[in-house]
Amino acid sequence: MTDKTVSLPESPRHSGFIKNNLRNYGMLLSLLAIMLFFEIVTDGTLLQPLNLTNLVLQNSYIVIMALGMLLVIVTGHIDLSVGSVAGFVGAVAAVLMVRYHVGYPIAFVACLLLGGAIGAAQGYWVAYFKIPSFIVTLAGMLVFKGLALAVLQGQSLGPFPSTFQKLSSGFIPELFPGAGTHYPTSLLIGVVLAFVLVLASARSRAREQAHGIEVEPYAFFIVKSVALAGAVLYFTYLIASHRGLPNVLVIMTALIALYGFVTRRTVVGRQIYAVGGNAKAAKLSGVKTERLTFLTFVNMGVLAALAGLVFAARLNTATPKAGLGFELDVIAACFIGGASAYGGVGRVGGAVVGAMIMGVMNNGMSILGIGIDYQQVIKGLVLLGAVCIDVYNQRR
Amino acid sequence: MTAMLEMRGVSKSFAGVQALRDVSFTVEAGQIHALVGENGAGKSTLMKVLSGVYPAGSYDGSIVFDGEERRFRDINGSEALGIIIIHQELALIPLMSIAENIFLSHPPSRFGVIDRHAVHRRTAELLAQVGLRESPDTLITDLGVGKQQLVEIAKALSKRVRLLILDEPTASLNEADSATLLERLLAFREQGIASILISHKLNEVARVADRITVLRDGRTVDSIDCRTERIEEDRIIRSMVDRDLAHRFPERSAEIGEPVMSVENWSVYHPLHPERQVIKNVDFNVRRGEVVGIAGLMGAGRTEFAMSLFGRAWGYNISGKVRLDGDEADLSSVPAAIAAGLAYVTEDRKQLGLILAADVRKNVTVASLRKVSERGVIDDVVELKAASDYRTRMRIRCSDVYQATGDLSGGNQQKVVLSKWLMTDPKVLLLDEPTRGIDVGAKYEIYSIINELAEAGRGVVVISSEMPELLGICDRICVMNDGAFVGEFDKDDATQEKIMRAIMRNVRMSGNRADDGVARAGGEAR
Repeated sequence: MTDKTVSLPESPRHSGFIKNNLRNYGMLLSLLAIMLFFEIVTDGTLLQPLNLTNLVLQNSYIVIMALGMLLVIVTGHIDLSVGSVAGFVGAVAAVLMVRYHVGYPIAFVACLLLGGAIGAAQGYWVAYFKIPSFIVTLAGMLVFKGLALAVLQGQSLGPFPSTFQKLSSGFIPELFPGAGTHYPTSLLIGVVLAFVLVLASARSRAREQAHGIEVEPYAFFIVKSVALAGAVLYFTYLIASHRGLPNVLVIMTALIALYGFVTRRTVVGRQIYAVGGNAKAAKLSGVKTERLTFLTFVNMGVLAALAGLVFAARLNTATPKAGLGFELDVIAACFIGGASAYGGVGRVGGAVVGAMIMGVMNNGMSILGIGIDYQQVIKGLVLLGAVCIDVYNQRR
Repeated sequence: MTAMLEMRGVSKSFAGVQALRDVSFTVEAGQIHALVGENGAGKSTLMKVLSGVYPAGSYDGSIVFDGEERRFRDINGSEALGIIIIHQELALIPLMSIAENIFLSHPPSRFGVIDRHAVHRRTAELLAQVGLRESPDTLITDLGVGKQQLVEIAKALSKRVRLLILDEPTASLNEADSATLLERLLAFREQGIASILISHKLNEVARVADRITVLRDGRTVDSIDCRTERIEEDRIIRSMVDRDLAHRFPERSAEIGEPVMSVENWSVYHPLHPERQVIKNVDFNVRRGEVVGIAGLMGAGRTEFAMSLFGRAWGYNISGKVRLDGDEADLSSVPAAIAAGLAYVTEDRKQLGLILAADVRKNVTVASLRKVSERGVIDDVVELKAASDYRTRMRIRCSDVYQATGDLSGGNQQKVVLSKWLMTDPKVLLLDEPTRGIDVGAKYEIYSIINELAEAGRGVVVISSEMPELLGICDRICVMNDGAFVGEFDKDDATQEKIMRAIMRNVRMSGNRADDGVARAGGEAR
């Protein structure tokens, strides 16, 4: 009999609070440590505005897909096809815009719909036919890799219209030109964002307090808010001193905020976690488990399509090799970020941090001139290590 | 005759629940010893002690086999002496052949390479011995349950069995297969192999047993030598059920109103065997403020009945009518059933009831997220208040509502599940074994909650294998057997003997078939 009667003595609140939260912020601290490490060993190259902008551009599509992958993994599934889907959608976009001269907005929407349809086609088998997602998406990986080749007839296709390129290589328009060496609009956005974030958390804290709910200690709250605002401000300051905020960073930030909100605050988000935590219990609690699983795959398809578009726009050409191996980086990002392979556990913030860790390591090691061979070895070991630490922590 | 096995003064408790109290049990060489008793009387626990599933040191008392005291550390220790247990759920691997299954753990081999010819030859010999005419290469999945049972016995023979323990071997067999199996036991007796037979079917027991021991509440209450005494079923039944009511039940005055749920002509077929009717056109009703018990043996169809009502969560080709508050209810899916005012508390709390990794708050609100959200967005504060309210009301003992439900005790977990369903504000609650695996104190609390539910005008249906529990808390008890109701007693009229008699009479007539559909991953939790 495994029943344990639990009557925990009231532990001293502050130390308990910090301990619990250290676990939550552990990955974030790791990211900071890794950034600090590369900042030092690259003699400050890592955080140079130009490099930082590149870092964002290079990793945007991984982060975008990681948001969808996190939901898939939380429901207890996996999607191996995202790289191929991204490549295929990029190829279709090129065919539409370059070969058939379809307008940029129409092609953009059509590609997202195509991604959704692909996700639906795969999710249908997983959700309603109970075919393991590993197999369905492995098949999808082969199919769409092949289709990308077929659509492009084995050749690269480009360049894209310049408006489309702006998706990846553009920066937000400057409202106050000539107001200084920095880009004031971007700085302003950063300031507003930092203010809004702090205000929102202060209001939620006040509301909880008003309802007699136990909140984090005041000192901790202040430190957290200052750190958060400081990080946002410093980051925008750096980015703004190059060419301002990249368009794709704005898209990415909006998506992160959206998915963070959906997973933490909405009924749908809660139900997705319930499905992953115990599908049978969720079903007997009235959760439409099949439909939710299906929808997470549709969502994944749309995000893979968006990532494919961003990637194609960045290269300014669609190649048959686009998207190759992306799925591995995306899945690794989720697991480094603390998602559980058994489902039910994982956070949007974690997946984003996981993607950043991968990105910073790629970038830092490239600056150091470490060959692609050993880069892979190191990344593999980091993935294994991160998950081991996580499992160890949970077992304690 | 000399005693082959002697268990002396065995006691065993789980987390404060005494499962066995000072049980002594003796088996002589070449004897068939039947062990009978209610669900939860301690039969399985006693056999697990004997076979080393519960290692020496985790129980009190001693086991003497062949005149020597034995302390088994695990099941290998008892198997080495030829004590082989065949569990009710067969431990065969469906997609392997008979031969591969029989020699799974100890295949004849040379230098680690399995000798296929020896395996084949010896399997053929063993199959002949148990009277099973099948090729050793036949896959287990292609055999019926009766033949699978014989394969298990052949597997036991391959380990040079001296004492064979069979846990309800005929529960899922038809008459002919049961007869074959019992013949085998008699043949083994001739060869000096002793057997312990756990069974609910008194007619079978009477046919083959040399001695019958009755367990009740973890104690030996009667032992009948069949060679010298006449076997009286009445005596056995009385011994099985006649207990001092050690448990106490909260007082309550029932105020019973109009029928809140009535089920007419309800029929359910087995999802895997579509020709098999599991629930046989039954009628059933619950009134406002009434607690109705459903008694029956495991596999009688009680869980299947409840789950099929609850949004067709189990079964195939379901037909019949359900009225809730007089209107025909749409129970076509689980969300529809919840909306119609039905709640089902599962017997398998961990597998089907809770999300163990999630905290108390999320488990309480998962079935009624609409009540704590607006336009699909959950209001943290409202949700937290709702969960905290239930924590207080149901006296859930946890450090706070952010504690994972997996860390709670069984009783507190059950209170979380009850909270989840109370939050949906149901008209009728179907409670399936609501106190399984819960200690005595928490049981009392659950009974109090059940009373409160009834007093609030809800209809409550309690499925339980513990008869004193049903007698203690129900206003009316319906007896189910083999998918049909075979008896109904009012509170004042009901006794354990009457219920047991209703079950036993029908078991003998129909041959109770255990269901193999609903997952029972929790096993017998006592």
